[in-house]
Amino acid sequence: MSSAFSWFVILGTLGSLAGYFLLLYLNRTTKNPGRTTGHVYDGIEEYDNPLPAWWFWGFIISILFALGYLLYYPGLGNFTGFGAWSQVGELTDDQDAADERYGPIFAQYAAVPVDDLVNDPAAMRMGRRLFATNCSVCHGTAGTGSEGFPNLTDEEWLWGGDAEQIKATISNGRQASMPAWGPALQDQGVAEVAEYVMQLAGRDVDASLANAGRARFNTFCVACHGPEGAGQPMMGAPALNNEIWLYGNSHLRIEDAIRNGRNGQMPAFAERLGADKVHILAAYVKNLQQ
Amino acid sequence: MTDHPQYNYKVVHQFAIMTVVWGIVGMLVGVFIAAQLAWPALNFDISWLSFGRLRPLHTNAVIFAFGGSALMACSLFVVQRTCHARLISDGLAAFVFWGWQLVIVSAAITLPMGLTTSKEYAELEWPIDLLIAVVWVCYAIVFFGTIMKRRDKHIYVANWFFGGFILAVAILHIINSLALPATLTKSYSVYSGTVDAMVQWWYGHNAVGFFLTAGFLGIMYYFVPKQAERPVYSYRLSVVHFWALIAIYVWAGPHHLHYTSLPDWTQSVGMVMSLVLLAPSWGGMINGMMTLSGAWDKLRTDPILKFLVVSLSFYGMSTFEGPMMSIKSVNALSHYTDWTIGHVHSGALGWVAMISIGATYHLIPLMYGRKAGDMYSVKLIDLHFWLSTIGTVLYIVSMWVNGLMQGLMWRAVNSDGTLTYSFIETVEASYAGYVVRFVGGAIFLFGMLVMAWNVWKTRQLALSGPALEADAGSPEADAREVMA
Repeated sequence: MSSAFSWFVILGTLGSLAGYFLLLYLNRTTKNPGRTTGHVYDGIEEYDNPLPAWWFWGFIISILFALGYLLYYPGLGNFTGFGAWSQVGELTDDQDAADERYGPIFAQYAAVPVDDLVNDPAAMRMGRRLFATNCSVCHGTAGTGSEGFPNLTDEEWLWGGDAEQIKATISNGRQASMPAWGPALQDQGVAEVAEYVMQLAGRDVDASLANAGRARFNTFCVACHGPEGAGQPMMGAPALNNEIWLYGNSHLRIEDAIRNGRNGQMPAFAERLGADKVHILAAYVKNLQQ
Repeated sequence: MTDHPQYNYKVVHQFAIMTVVWGIVGMLVGVFIAAQLAWPALNFDISWLSFGRLRPLHTNAVIFAFGGSALMACSLFVVQRTCHARLISDGLAAFVFWGWQLVIVSAAITLPMGLTTSKEYAELEWPIDLLIAVVWVCYAIVFFGTIMKRRDKHIYVANWFFGGFILAVAILHIINSLALPATLTKSYSVYSGTVDAMVQWWYGHNAVGFFLTAGFLGIMYYFVPKQAERPVYSYRLSVVHFWALIAIYVWAGPHHLHYTSLPDWTQSVGMVMSLVLLAPSWGGMINGMMTLSGAWDKLRTDPILKFLVVSLSFYGMSTFEGPMMSIKSVNALSHYTDWTIGHVHSGALGWVAMISIGATYHLIPLMYGRKAGDMYSVKLIDLHFWLSTIGTVLYIVSMWVNGLMQGLMWRAVNSDGTLTYSFIETVEASYAGYVVRFVGGAIFLFGMLVMAWNVWKTRQLALSGPALEADAGSPEADAREVMA
């Protein structure tokens, strides 16, 4: 902050504390303790009693504490205090201490391949705790997902299920982007494509609608979802030829996805967790398959 | 019926009745959303019954509808009685009453619709904010105009507190609600980022400080000595703690934003000023309690006095708890947990509601020409007192337990440094506390229904019965003559 504002803060704070002290000091005694002041308001009188001593001294002590605190901690404008404390400093110190203490516990597994780690009960217990803290809010405590958040226990993978692909997903996050086809396809086109997509999944559908949808699918959708609707992990395009649905399986929900597009988002955890924890988490996610 | 030759009792009577009505409405919504937290299916998948929309309706209804009506009833009553002057304008007083009711009804319609500024305790959109400002200024004109008309040179201490509360709330409301309207139902705050958060909590904490503390201390300074029939313990203490209270409260807002992007210096200053605030807060409790010296025996027979004294105890407890929770290391445990909710309700139920109830029991009979506190049934007041006390204790104890448990579970770590509990486990563990809180709230609400019955019977008694017990020549007796 500017030095003018800093001085404003310093003088305002110290001036106020001095003001409270003066208010107390100037009113420490009264003339006629035990007698009333002589005013009567609707029958109510007031004694001219002094301030209770314990209250007076408690007040003074709290002012002195405030002064001491503001000398040690940042508070008086740009003056950072004799304790050299800062909120960010406390956080970094805590994080460094935690890394030093707990880092080796995770690092011991760094050299173990993910596919072996899957069978290590101690590592999987740690993985479960990491998952509960960092992943379960979206993917559920059991990893079974919910609408818009993939189920991690089934065989379907949006971005690939290899150890390295899972680690990349956790570390860097993923951004899906299915465009909105509503303007291009119009209502009739959206309905036809939805019908065809349901046929791909193996359902009984209106054949003529689905046939019309196939032509449009091969124009608009094939680039990402593939000619058989098998999906494309490079782009996170889901397979459409099964009954696993990220955003609901009804005709209405499928139409909604085609018309408005989808933009699923998985945040990046590399910076927050570090490579060793990501390694264990990837093994835990693989373990969910078993 | 409530015409009075000397004073405007009509507006006092109206606000006193609405205190009971809005108390029941606001607390009913509170009990309902408490039940939702234990049994979430109770939102029935209806958007306007969902917790997020009903919670601001609850807070607005109990603070501004119930608390506001109690404050307006008591302040407009006390200012007339202690200044020996009628309100300066009956018309303006009527506008304040009907305008305030319009604000409340607008809130009750717009909040469930999801129309909100998203600022806590200041959720109402800009057209209602404007109406609040107009009504509040008229309230200030009526109040201060009446003070100007007073016969005594001195101004009674209760009126300083009411005056401080009225002025501060006007400033807080106007500054925090500054916004650019986009449509009739949508506006954007003129502040952004951390500044917005700081202005909001400067408002939020002083809504507690001036609306829920200074205003209700005004009620305390009239009704405690009046009901106890004892002089106020110390005039000097009331002077010192009044000025200290209003000067220090305005610094305390930053303790709502500990360990956030608020600069370190602001957090430190907010914390130490919150600690310095303890003594001025307790000044009011000491003055109220010591006023009872020589009158403690009355507690055996007078449940109205019990309400007033117990409210002061809860006031002292929550104003001790508040500064403790503002200490950063304590706050690191208590913040974002149910402890905060418990703290708020030890103030809201224990202090604000109980002193309002006590004052209303004193006031209502006067409105019907009976003696102060001469309700239809003293036993029902006593029953109400126990229901309120038990309900409050169940509420705050369950929230203390939940809050400490949540804070400790959130920070528990395993031997490898991972968190021991996922968030949902702490929610599951909170279930028992939520049920106890619901029961406590329901008991408190039941007490309000007992009060409504007692008020209704008192009114009927006054309309039909003879029972002329007021002192001849007193304002109450005058009222009775006019009534007859």
